[in-house]
Amino acid sequence: MNESQHLSSQFDEDLSGLRTHVLQMGGMVETQISAAIEAYSSGEVSSVKHIVETDRKVNDLEKAIDDDCAHLIARRQPAASDLRLVFGITKIVTDLERAGDEAKKIAKGVRRIYEAGQMPSQYGIGVRHIAEAALGMLRHALDSFARLDPQLAEEVIRADADVDTEFKSIMRQLITHMMEDPRTITTSIDIIWIARAVERIGDHAKNIAEHVVFIVEGRDIRHQDKESKA
Amino acid sequence: MQIHDNPALKAEARNLNFYYGEAKALKNINMPIYDKKVTALIGPSGCGKSTYLRSFNRMHDLYPGNRYEGEIRFFPDNTNLLSPEVDPIEVRMRVGMVFQKPNPFPKSIYENVAYGLRVRGENNKRVLDDKVEHALKGGAIWDEVKDRLQDLASNLSGGQQQRLCIARALATDPELLLFDEPTSALDPIATAAIEELVHELKKRVTILIVTHNMQQAARVSDYTAYMFLGEMIEFGKTDEIFIKPQDKRTEDYITGRMG
Ligand SMILES: Nc1ncnc2c1ncn2[C@@H]1O[C@H](COP(=O)(O)OP(=O)(O)OP(=O)(O)O)[C@@H](O)[C@H]1O
Ligand SMILES: [Mg+2]
Repeated sequence: MNESQHLSSQFDEDLSGLRTHVLQMGGMVETQISAAIEAYSSGEVSSVKHIVETDRKVNDLEKAIDDDCAHLIARRQPAASDLRLVFGITKIVTDLERAGDEAKKIAKGVRRIYEAGQMPSQYGIGVRHIAEAALGMLRHALDSFARLDPQLAEEVIRADADVDTEFKSIMRQLITHMMEDPRTITTSIDIIWIARAVERIGDHAKNIAEHVVFIVEGRDIRHQDKESKA
Repeated sequence: MQIHDNPALKAEARNLNFYYGEAKALKNINMPIYDKKVTALIGPSGCGKSTYLRSFNRMHDLYPGNRYEGEIRFFPDNTNLLSPEVDPIEVRMRVGMVFQKPNPFPKSIYENVAYGLRVRGENNKRVLDDKVEHALKGGAIWDEVKDRLQDLASNLSGGQQQRLCIARALATDPELLLFDEPTSALDPIATAAIEELVHELKKRVTILIVTHNMQQAARVSDYTAYMFLGEMIEFGKTDEIFIKPQDKRTEDYITGRMG
């Protein structure tokens, strides 16, 4: 990435301001997700309200960043690495906002489960495990953006396959469980929703990592595995 | 979008050096010019863009002490434009030029365009009328001047004068058109008209354009070359140069950074 300064110092400030805002937004979404995981394990549903409120701030920040990007494009006509950065940021904030939405879904699912009774203990560990993995992916994706580190981004992309595999195994367990004991269906469906949301967070982290690779290297690596298999 | 094979060559600079007396202004330039494509030349002031452009129509021959080394091959006939055996007047028929400031002759609109044809020995009124109309249409200015062909060209607006100069360059049916910052003296509307015209013209002629406006280079060209201190630093498809240039010097220039 190009570390030299622009002739216009205002341009440098605009770009670094944008990056800072993305990292702030990323931090908020991380907090949302870890609070949702915490609520899942502890049954402390009071934090759910807080997660929903944070989501509003995340949405506002997404709009503000998009706005800043539009202004920067109109005023500066960025090219090359600057263009890739601005373009990448508009995509990263979309994925971040959606990851935040998934955290909200987890929180609401947790509230339903605990309000109806107790969390069946046998699922605590599996879901918690992939949730930690997905959150780790998001952290690393944001680190790779902060440091513009494509190697770290590639690691995030590879990690997504593990989260997907684990998600499928949790699904199989839950389906078996529902067939054995139909009284657990309502709770099981909520847990499936939660696991599904976690898996989507992993997907968003992977997308963010792909945007980072594009920003740094100018390569669009999305959908690569599908194409090479075809 | 990916273009897989490069189009045919219209011209190619091969180990081109150029000297103003002792001063070396072009340093071993190798570069293809693709047929019926627009190639933009960009680079900081004084890097040699105009010097390079002027080599294509042997403008430097007009001053003593100027010296070329290497070749500019012109296709399909594979002529070396710089060869002493090649007549510069003949070269200028095949390679037209449009300058930064519109420079119509102090004559009528009609005579500005007919001039190049008369030099070529064309005197038949009907043929001249026909070719002048055709060239003015090619310059996208016919509708504005068809009722005032005998007016002085200097009465036209700057943007119209520039399109008249393009029509004048087109009159001799050149194969390559050279533009040296053709819109730097024009307002955005007149600039857009010239850019539109460039787009239209590349259906029949190859274009090499010098511009200081990065967005213009990005808008009008298929290929872009970045020059620095008399050297060709990077040549590539415009999309690639403006999204992911290979050389840090290119990157610094187009993103407005200090090197
Ligand atoms: N007639 C001349 N005699 C001597 N040196 C010249 C002459 N014309 C240009 N030069 C020198 O050759 C170098 C290249 O000049 P040139 O005009 O080709 O640059 P350019 O890239 O077109 O710059 P600009 O963007 O300012 O038009 C410069 O160092 C310039 O001073
Ligand atoms: Mg010049």
